[in-house]
Amino acid sequence: MSKKKNWPLWEVFIRSKAGLSHRHAGSLHAADAEMALEMARDVYTRRNEGVSIWVMESNNIMASDPEDKESLFEPASDKIYRHPTFYDLPDEVKHM
Amino acid sequence: MAEKDLEKIFQDKVDAEIKIEPKDWMPDDYRKTLVRQISQHAHSEIVGMLPEANWITRAPSLKRKVALLAKIQDEAGHGLYLYSATETLGVERDDTIEDLHAGKAKYSSIFNYPTLTWADIGAVGWLVDGAAIMNQVPLCRCSFGPYSRAMVRVCKEESFHQRQGFSIMLAMANGTAEQKRMAQDAIDRWWWPSLMMFGPNDADSAHSAQSMKWKIKRFSNDELRQRFLDMTVAQCHLLGCEVPDPDLKFNEETGHWEMGPIDWDEFWNVVKGRGKCNRQRLRDRKGAYDEGEWVREAAMAYADKKQLRKKASQAA
Ligand SMILES: [Fe+2]
Ligand SMILES: [Fe+2]
Repeated sequence: MSKKKNWPLWEVFIRSKAGLSHRHAGSLHAADAEMALEMARDVYTRRNEGVSIWVMESNNIMASDPEDKESLFEPASDKIYRHPTFYDLPDEVKHM
Repeated sequence: MAEKDLEKIFQDKVDAEIKIEPKDWMPDDYRKTLVRQISQHAHSEIVGMLPEANWITRAPSLKRKVALLAKIQDEAGHGLYLYSATETLGVERDDTIEDLHAGKAKYSSIFNYPTLTWADIGAVGWLVDGAAIMNQVPLCRCSFGPYSRAMVRVCKEESFHQRQGFSIMLAMANGTAEQKRMAQDAIDRWWWPSLMMFGPNDADSAHSAQSMKWKIKRFSNDELRQRFLDMTVAQCHLLGCEVPDPDLKFNEETGHWEMGPIDWDEFWNVVKGRGKCNRQRLRDRKGAYDEGEWVREAAMAYADKKQLRKKASQAA
């Protein structure tokens, strides 16, 4: 492990055009948020890939553990009544 | 869960084309292989800027200069995407760079050849980036998510690199007698090293079988080399230049070009550090890193100071 104090890691999110949400584009190292923003512009938007950038220090992201996948997401799979196709309606009902 | 079961779940996912993400369980050797391959790929992008940077200030026109600058800037970006991908595997970027500087990690041997004339910049874009694209396109489907995503970005950007190179070659090949001679000379020197970029012949390739099983690799070295050969011979003829391979012949039955034997002694010599520019490249890389140290430190100190000031003003 390196003993030097590295610039922290930042995650970069880019809105590719008005109307769409920001999407994870990648990460980079920068001394602070302003620098991260400037570098994100150079690294991830050299070809009109975006109209807006968010940067966030990677340390601040809390991620779910892949081991918890079942307990987190499995309960949703047997709740078919959450989907419109669960409800049988007579054919006469249009546009619903 | 037992290691054996975890390995089976892992391989089943890979077989089903489900991507492996950084926090998923993976075999130790899979992780090690990826760290080695992705960090060496990153080093190649960065070291690869050096032979081209040699010509930025001497580009023959402003148009060629901005194109070359943009290409080299892309390569810096490629290095960055790839270092980020290694970091998802829990490796510090500075450690991989230290390995490079200590001679423990490799980069693509092609960058140990010198760029002697402007035609070399054409040949590098056309042949070297061309071979890199051939290698990188299948990597977009690599089983490791961050590597595959980085490759998708890289491949989108690469096609301009090869086209700007070929466009330089076209101008030279259709130029004066002296320019034509330079174009042919650049092809003579870059042709074989570019074919070597695909690595040893399949029979001598140490890591291939395992990497194929893990779907890090999709095609064998010789398969990719053959594809590159078939495409590139035609392009070379289009330039009106000669392929520097006396044994080259077209096989009517298979519809493929067949090349003469590669000089693997030359390849291994360069890999082992005895190429024309190995020492210069490493010295330049290390120099740039060491000389930039105070800048990185100063930026960090300034960021810390700004942070403190902000806190103080909030407290007041
Ligand atoms: Fe590249
Ligand atoms: Fe490139």
